[in-house]
Amino acid sequence: MSAPFLSVRDLTVAFHGRQGDVEAVRNVSLDLARGEILALVGESGSGKSLTSLSILRLLPEAARMTGRVEIDGQDIASLSRRQMEDVRGAKIGMIFQEPMTSLNPVLTIERQMTEGLIRHKGASRREALEMARISLDDVGFAEPERVLRQYPHQLSGGMRQRVMIAAALALQPGILIADEPTTALDVTVQAQVLDLLVDLKSRYDSGILLITHDIGVVAETADRVAVMRGGEIVETGSVDAVLGAPSHDYTRALLASHLTVEKAMHQRDADARRMAP
Amino acid sequence: MTPILAIEDLRKVFITRSRTVHALSGVSISLDPGETLGIIGESGSGKSTLGRIAVGLDEPTSGQLSVGGERIDGLSPQLRRQKLRRCQMIFQDPYSSLNPRLTVGRQIGEGLYASGQSDWREIRTTVADLLERVGLKRDFAERYPHEFSGGQRQRIAIARAVAPDPQIVVADEPVSALDVSIQAQILDLMAEIRRERRLSYLFISHDMAVVARLCDRIAVMHRGRIVESGPVRSIIDTPQHPYTRNLLDAVPRFGRRRTGGKPAPVRLPEHRDDDVYVTVGDGHIVLEPGSAAMLDLPVGNLP
Repeated sequence: MSAPFLSVRDLTVAFHGRQGDVEAVRNVSLDLARGEILALVGESGSGKSLTSLSILRLLPEAARMTGRVEIDGQDIASLSRRQMEDVRGAKIGMIFQEPMTSLNPVLTIERQMTEGLIRHKGASRREALEMARISLDDVGFAEPERVLRQYPHQLSGGMRQRVMIAAALALQPGILIADEPTTALDVTVQAQVLDLLVDLKSRYDSGILLITHDIGVVAETADRVAVMRGGEIVETGSVDAVLGAPSHDYTRALLASHLTVEKAMHQRDADARRMAP
Repeated sequence: MTPILAIEDLRKVFITRSRTVHALSGVSISLDPGETLGIIGESGSGKSTLGRIAVGLDEPTSGQLSVGGERIDGLSPQLRRQKLRRCQMIFQDPYSSLNPRLTVGRQIGEGLYASGQSDWREIRTTVADLLERVGLKRDFAERYPHEFSGGQRQRIAIARAVAPDPQIVVADEPVSALDVSIQAQILDLMAEIRRERRLSYLFISHDMAVVARLCDRIAVMHRGRIVESGPVRSIIDTPQHPYTRNLLDAVPRFGRRRTGGKPAPVRLPEHRDDDVYVTVGDGHIVLEPGSAAMLDLPVGNLP
């Protein structure tokens, strides 16, 4: 395996509270290499999103962060604001849960996609347009030219999320941080978006940090998984190992409460037997 | 048995300046006393509109609505509201569905008052009983919604819905906004309360597993029509409509890996009003495409 493209060591994020400091993320360490998908799974408040914001240096003002984050060998704490902006986009792509709020509503898709390419890749406007067109085709748009002329509100949620992925993909970043990328989407659209992420990994050798609350999504797409609870990683390993033979109680509880169609049908049968006279 | 709720050929058309949207195109359902019918579909399928019409929050464009065998379409709005007091609703978002300015006790109590109880001392006792029944403390009645977690608020919403002693509860995605560990508790609570009170649920959800857990029958909605319906076991084991298959296949599962690849459009029949249902099993019906017209649904898109 190649050296990690992203390395996080002893990351702690604290907020000043009325009763002293509250540590929302505690001693989190993780590595992500190119060509793999690492899932960060946990329930609300587990600290998974704050971890991703720390990596992007996008934490809210009030947060205090300690620990070390290296991207492609560079300690991000040593970068200027301007240099960090270059890292975001060129080296780390990001897609969030709500694509409507991450796209600028008053700019066409063309403007939003080409700007990043011109800035980070030094492309001419014409080259950038061609790259954007190819990316939109890659994510399954039948008519990329039409999409380029549209504004975000003219697209459905699934289309917007694919535009976000296309925009991140066009820059061919070493890693992509995807924070609940399918949570707001219908399940049939979710399946398509997850296929895209897997495709992105293998075709461009990107590393993906997939943040999700859905352990079913982890099982289908991730190579490795880190389970978070109360700001800490409680268990980490390959997906097969962690989901197949969990060693931490919380992982077991998370798996137990995850309802699948199969499990639901078993529970129905058990209920029916119990009710029977 | 007379169904507690019967809906026949329901249509709802929204007309905006730029276009006409057929939210419901001839939907028929019936709900027996004590039965739970799951309405499953994705965004834009019309499932929430159906639920809102069933409790009287929305007016249908046309169609028949009967509660307990009595037609209520055609009644004056006032009379209809009175009849529909037997239908209560639980919403998805426990943060916006409770009034932030009223105490929990007041919100639950108003339902009791509206249903004919007038002694507030008695009402307070009933409210405390209800709170206890949904797993909360009796004195929580004095508190305001913001003091509670999402799961607790959904318990409060359940107490409020069952307070006026309804026969039908329409629950629109009642657990979608909750963490999975909390979801199971709320589903169990809903199942217990249904048994105790012989309630009927119209359970609206996008989540196949949740529907499979709680419901007796499933109706699958797509683009304003029920494309397939039947007993849970029959739908899950032998889905017939291409949309149902598509939906079931998309649910993430253990032991399967996504292989990647460029998404392709999904081909589904484009149903028309003269398409008919055929019976494929005991109580299991599926909408047959009469004409051969197929619809290529673009990837990740709603038409």
